[in-house]
Amino acid sequence: MTTYPIAPDALTKPHLEPIRFGFGRGLLAAGELDERVVALCADLTESTRMHLFRDRFPERFVGVGVAEQNLVTVAAGMAHAGMIPFTSSYAAFSPGRNWEQIKTTAALNDQPVVVVGSHAGVNVGYDGATHQMLEDIAIMRVLPNMRVIVPGDSLEAERATRALAADPAPSYLRLARDKTPIFSTPDSPFEIGRAYLLADGRDVSLIATGTMTYHALVAADALSRKGISAEVVHVPTIKPLDSATILSSLRRTGRAVTIEEAQVAGGLGGAICELTAAEHPVPVLRLGMRDRYGESGGSTELLEKFRLTGTQIAEDVDRLIQG
Amino acid sequence: MIDTIGAASGEALPPQRVYGRTDDESSLREIARVIRQDIIRMLACAPSGHTAGPLGMAELLTALYFNAMRHDPANPDWPERDVFFLSNGHTAPVLYAALARSGYFPVAELATLRRLGSRLQGHPERKTLPGIESTSGPLGSGLSQAAGYAHVLRNIKRVRGRFVYTVMGDGEINEGNVWEAAMFAGKYRLGNLIAFIDRNYIQIDGATEDVMPLTHLRAKWESFDWHVIEIDGNSVRAVVEAIQLGKAVSHAPTMIIANTVPGKGVPFIEYDHRWHGTIPSSTQAEEALRILNGGLDA
Repeated sequence: MTTYPIAPDALTKPHLEPIRFGFGRGLLAAGELDERVVALCADLTESTRMHLFRDRFPERFVGVGVAEQNLVTVAAGMAHAGMIPFTSSYAAFSPGRNWEQIKTTAALNDQPVVVVGSHAGVNVGYDGATHQMLEDIAIMRVLPNMRVIVPGDSLEAERATRALAADPAPSYLRLARDKTPIFSTPDSPFEIGRAYLLADGRDVSLIATGTMTYHALVAADALSRKGISAEVVHVPTIKPLDSATILSSLRRTGRAVTIEEAQVAGGLGGAICELTAAEHPVPVLRLGMRDRYGESGGSTELLEKFRLTGTQIAEDVDRLIQG
Repeated sequence: MIDTIGAASGEALPPQRVYGRTDDESSLREIARVIRQDIIRMLACAPSGHTAGPLGMAELLTALYFNAMRHDPANPDWPERDVFFLSNGHTAPVLYAALARSGYFPVAELATLRRLGSRLQGHPERKTLPGIESTSGPLGSGLSQAAGYAHVLRNIKRVRGRFVYTVMGDGEINEGNVWEAAMFAGKYRLGNLIAFIDRNYIQIDGATEDVMPLTHLRAKWESFDWHVIEIDGNSVRAVVEAIQLGKAVSHAPTMIIANTVPGKGVPFIEYDHRWHGTIPSSTQAEEALRILNGGLDA
């Protein structure tokens, strides 16, 4: 049974805030708690919300210019000198451009660099395909030693950022640009490596991450009116994956639908297929980006185009169950 | 294996001898010679590896580990130590020899280079072997890590008297990451950072000036606000003096362009880019050891 506190009115009148805003607050709080926390940015300080940290701790902020390879390797050197570095850019550029440096100098080297990739997913909107990072979950979760965290809303991003600072290890934190609904509360839990049951159900498990968790809640609500009982499993940590929570849900429902604002190949969909194929084979429907790039458009228009709104997800799940 | 080859070639040195810090030039030259012999021995035992670069860098590593750097082989993580990042990780044999001859691990272990289960990985790995500050191999990332470390010491913790060193290959600076780091170190005035370019004019595909010319190399670094010194990198005295000069400059990072001879000390290896990524046969190794032993094979 779910015990996860959901914000009142989350489905009817949700409060909206960009997920990256929670990161900015979390980093500032982590900086107050631990003077080893340092922040590095590749010329996107305000849009990644690092300016809050920069203005409070100017000596612990490092601007590296438009240089993502240098961003993470300088951070690795700083980590070796005893600091806890958070690096930020757009996910399209970091880890999009500097994956080898992340692998060698952070992950293989086992230095506690936190790679923060903001503006991930299609909700970046009008900037188009070059800036809509969809492959980051796939390329980061294959790295040994690397943790992959995808918060579902701004409050969870704040909790996740503080948790990462308190437990230094190589990590990737994926953030989104656009305002998105807040479904969690200040009392909702977050632990690295935990998935959370947000709604109980019998017929299908909606397994979602990041911005898509809210849409999974909307879909479950719509499905309940059609007599379909959907469980919602929120997966803010893609790696290490909380296999126990996910498998126990699938043993109840026998069907998985994965939902992510990313390529389903190698993403959450890939991770769940790996898990179910090995441990508990069930039918899996993977919703997300299917081997194509995004394009310019408003963020809601794009979610609709790629059938990632709650209503559309409910339609697809209904079709799956009606067979 | 290593001692067998040493015995076969009449090597007179005690194979396990470890050296401490010295200011004496002839002692440093002797250590560089021993390191070259270690490089030849370990490569002769190894299944593959790089020969020319490590031989050419013997004086650089000798000056660092046996003269310039504050370090403690009994306590590799000593918080007061100077820090060395080997950026061109394929030259690992010269680093492994310097570490072993400093006392970080047994000299005999050099014979395990690149073998399954060895702590001496093909390219250096931080958590595998004492004394390795960072994993390297993919080129171009050592300077920025050294700069990050130096920035913490100089501009965040405000520690004086500790220095951060790195060595890059000349082919390596084709990498864009190097120039990102060059801008960074200049901007943050990292006077506690001393970097070397092992300027040996070879890279895998041939001569550096054919593959990708590095013309106006000194001017390139000066234009990034670095203090640049150009030396004969196979003169241990020149290396020691250049490091002292670099330490005295507090407002800018120092780049020491160390002109070296690839394969230095073994004439049939010198200057030949085909020795970049090949290893000597046992016959070639014996010949090389004899040459490095002053022609004596008795």
